[in-house]
Amino acid sequence: MPIELKEYDPGPFFDEMMAGKNRARPLAKELIGLFRKMDSGELATRQGAADLAIKEMGITFTVYSEHEGMIDRNWPFDIVPRLIDRAEWDRVEAGLKQRVKALNLFINDLYHDQKIIKDGVFPAEVLAESKNFRPQCIGVNPPLGIWAHICGSDLVRDEDGTMYVLEDNLRVPSGVSYMLENRLVTKRVFPELFETYAPLPVNDYPTQLYEMLAALSPRNVKRPTVAVLTPGIYNSAYFEHAYLAMEMGAALVEGRDLFVDDDDCVYMRTVSGLKRVDVIYRRIDDEFIDPEAFREDSILGVPGLLRAWKARKVGLANAPGAGVADDKVVYAFVPEIIRYYLDEEPGIPNVPTYRCMYPEERRYVLEHLDELVVKPANESGGYGMLIGPRATKAERKTFAELITKNPRNYIAQPTLGISTVPTVVGRGLEPRHVDLRPFILSGRRTFVTTGGLTRVALRKGSLVVNSSQGGGSKDTWIVEAD
Amino acid sequence: MLSRVVENIYWLARYVERAENTARLVRVNSHLVLDTPRTIAPGWEPLVEIAGLHDAFYAVDRETNERNVVRFLIGDANNPGSIISSLAAARENCRTVRDVLPRSSWEKLNELYLFAKENVQSGLTKGGRDNFLDGIITGSQQITGLLGSVMYRDAAWHFSRIGRNLERADMTTRIIDVRSTDLFPDDRLESRSLDTLQWISVLRSMSGYQIYRRHVAIRVSRPDVLDFLFHDALYPRSFMHCVEAVDESIENLQKSDKVLRSIRAIKRKLRETKVAELNQESLHQFIDELQIGIMELHANLALAYFPPPLELEEAG
Repeated sequence: MPIELKEYDPGPFFDEMMAGKNRARPLAKELIGLFRKMDSGELATRQGAADLAIKEMGITFTVYSEHEGMIDRNWPFDIVPRLIDRAEWDRVEAGLKQRVKALNLFINDLYHDQKIIKDGVFPAEVLAESKNFRPQCIGVNPPLGIWAHICGSDLVRDEDGTMYVLEDNLRVPSGVSYMLENRLVTKRVFPELFETYAPLPVNDYPTQLYEMLAALSPRNVKRPTVAVLTPGIYNSAYFEHAYLAMEMGAALVEGRDLFVDDDDCVYMRTVSGLKRVDVIYRRIDDEFIDPEAFREDSILGVPGLLRAWKARKVGLANAPGAGVADDKVVYAFVPEIIRYYLDEEPGIPNVPTYRCMYPEERRYVLEHLDELVVKPANESGGYGMLIGPRATKAERKTFAELITKNPRNYIAQPTLGISTVPTVVGRGLEPRHVDLRPFILSGRRTFVTTGGLTRVALRKGSLVVNSSQGGGSKDTWIVEAD
Repeated sequence: MLSRVVENIYWLARYVERAENTARLVRVNSHLVLDTPRTIAPGWEPLVEIAGLHDAFYAVDRETNERNVVRFLIGDANNPGSIISSLAAARENCRTVRDVLPRSSWEKLNELYLFAKENVQSGLTKGGRDNFLDGIITGSQQITGLLGSVMYRDAAWHFSRIGRNLERADMTTRIIDVRSTDLFPDDRLESRSLDTLQWISVLRSMSGYQIYRRHVAIRVSRPDVLDFLFHDALYPRSFMHCVEAVDESIENLQKSDKVLRSIRAIKRKLRETKVAELNQESLHQFIDELQIGIMELHANLALAYFPPPLELEEAG
């Protein structure tokens, strides 16, 4: 039986591949054409082959379960790629570069003169209550003036097809390894489509990452020693830490492999004695990287690391304190931040955001809780959110109290009807909601991944794309329209 | 090369080798049992002793029968020396060093672990056992072969070689120790042929039967087999060969006097002992000394090259 798309119905949402029931968008014509010719059994077989490849390649993420403790799950992957027009992508890329440039200027300003506060564009009280502002970093001048070297910004598309930035991840954003692995799996599953579409390659990322990191080296040597600092195998992104170290030919280290000597240099313990480390791509949060400077009880970090960084004896990416801009309240100010530092209009709009700290906006939020999504400032992974239209009365009441008690900590946004992409369900295709996380590297120059990681909510109707909560992913293709 | 990384690679190699050796043991014993009359069958108890797992086995109240021993050695997650536990431990060690090993070695090890996990139930049945053990042995050899053919010859490679050969040397002494016990003490013709059968099974468990017949003797006798298994430097599972391989790899590392002293002590002991002439008791004593030597060598390797033990046991 061939695959039927007569009943394919994304409802009110924007579907990235289909313009209506049984009607492919021009860009997706060949892709949908292939499915039309394909037997539904074959679709399931190809999905099965992809699942098997992922299992054998050991592409996993780690989740915590109360019953079983830490378990390693196979990475859920949907074989239908998501296509994006090159012309649109070029605009998105420019918008992302602009955004990250402004954010780096903003962070640097906050740790120096705080001009943006003095000029009344950014409120002092937001900074005063920021959980991720690190007073230890005041006055530090990191190389090239850059704090957020690696940024992962989440993009979503609304009902009318407009692309918005939903949030910026500036602490330790993850997912890029899955973007790279997804491409390898798709090459195995749909080789014929590569001939038709010739999607732009994605595999340049590890080289770009290495070059960006190497440029942070305090020593002028031909091949600086770069290390990826991981919290260890129980971290949900451990797979990615190992993957990136391997791809870059860097050492994968844990805190206990490193130590800071009296000369403020960082060394790693090797079989042939101590070896100096020039640059560390750390995948541990600020609070845990250095028990001497931050949380004393951290055993994941390296005592003295902040001291070494301040003395310019080691490069750190992202710089400690960069997370100050990774905050959902700061997010609400990004359009103003872009205008302030660059004197430009934002290339990609923000999702309209209500800041509960302002009485008028708070009043609106409290009166419209049943329509809005409420998010705490500093949580990630989709935790601690209220999705108004689906919440019970009691849940809304709890959130109203939380907001009133600590308004600075909450923002609210309209419930977005985020876009859908055809996704394999059993032996057919059904629409499922997606977002997109491109990664932006900032060093001597700025680099944006071609596309990024498309995350998909595999459960019918669900809007939550996080892998810890039933999300999967898709390969993302940037293709030239004819 | 990070100290923690070489430690993980060392254990990775040991665990893979252990899984293979355990599979070999179970397979050979299964065949031996089929060949011997039921009244004097060697049974399954010696396997628990060979594996050095007496305490772990008898910690749980159970009969020493085929079913229980095989389950214990193949699929018991509570037995740290079982095939399933060895492969799980190898995989955990591999996971933390994925960046320095060839990518396909992780994939192969992962496949092998999944194979073991998914087929262990059929491995416990008499009909499915051979197939399961074959899968384990082939899979382990695939990994060892892969590392041997593509790994860069740096410290990581040398520690994988040291780990594998120490484990193999250790297992060789264990097999001899248990299997050389006189099972058939009287001198009837029937017993003598069973004794031969016993030594053939030892050789087979180490893939050495064919080589022995070609290079040592047609007749399988205790003195010749002992000499072959301890001293034949050309046979890759002999104690001598394993120790030489370890020595060669140690030569490539930054010098440590303690490590060199312990490897020399083992080699001297081996050189100076005429194993063919040893009676059962002195053979047992000799094997004990070699095993202590291996333990000392391990301790000195850890001291010289592995990271200092953590003060705090568990990372949050």
